[in-house]
Amino acid sequence: MKEVSRRKVLALGTGLVAVAMLPLPALASNEKVMEDIRKFTGGAEAPESSIVKLEVPEIAENGNTVPLSVSVDSPMTADNYVKRVILLAEKNPNPGVATFHFSPRSGVAEASTRMRLATTQNVIAVAELSDGSFHMTKSQVKVTIGGCGG
Amino acid sequence: MATVKPRVKAPKSATTGEIITIKTLISHKMESGQRKDKQGNLIPRQIINHFTARYNGEVVFEVDIEPAISANPYLQFNMRVEEPGEFEFIWNDDDGSVYATKQKLKVG
Repeated sequence: MKEVSRRKVLALGTGLVAVAMLPLPALASNEKVMEDIRKFTGGAEAPESSIVKLEVPEIAENGNTVPLSVSVDSPMTADNYVKRVILLAEKNPNPGVATFHFSPRSGVAEASTRMRLATTQNVIAVAELSDGSFHMTKSQVKVTIGGCGG
Repeated sequence: MATVKPRVKAPKSATTGEIITIKTLISHKMESGQRKDKQGNLIPRQIINHFTARYNGEVVFEVDIEPAISANPYLQFNMRVEEPGEFEFIWNDDDGSVYATKQKLKVG
């Protein structure tokens, strides 16, 4: 567990409370993420699309609080709007981060939050539109001190 | 658990058709269920698992929240203004607690 002991040394060295890290086998494999996406889309395809934009830092100093903004290009009218956007962190112990539910009243399909990332990984956003289509994007965040323990 | 306090930053007035941004913050540890105590036992999960923003009773924005959302959950979202009224913001805790706050909006 080279990764775990190095993080503990870093954490103790900077005076932070040592956070217990899960052993590597417990970190989500890509299969868990694929399963979460399948559950979200009901099995439908979610191709990469430039209409979904993820704003995350390239490098996050503190994995405990990583800012994230997601926006989906949409007129947000009653006939054409974004219904949901799911956010996933592919290498977190559990990939699910949050699901945003929008409405035409949202005006724009944009939301921001802060998340915990255990390690350097891709953050994935999948959007569901009112026409039943799904669209995906992903962005890598390099994490210097992991924040899976909270 | 420490007092849970919600804070909201939203305009008090807006014009019809304007898209306003609402920022919400609630103080909460968001215990993920991944951490261990000094004895090596897992500290049980306790998080805010859902957020709802209603305007004049209608849901405008909702979030299903997982343990990967940071402590003191921050949520920012938008609404297109159509009529004056009142927001209600609701946070649901795993333990069944419900935290809520309201704010009026003038439209001129």
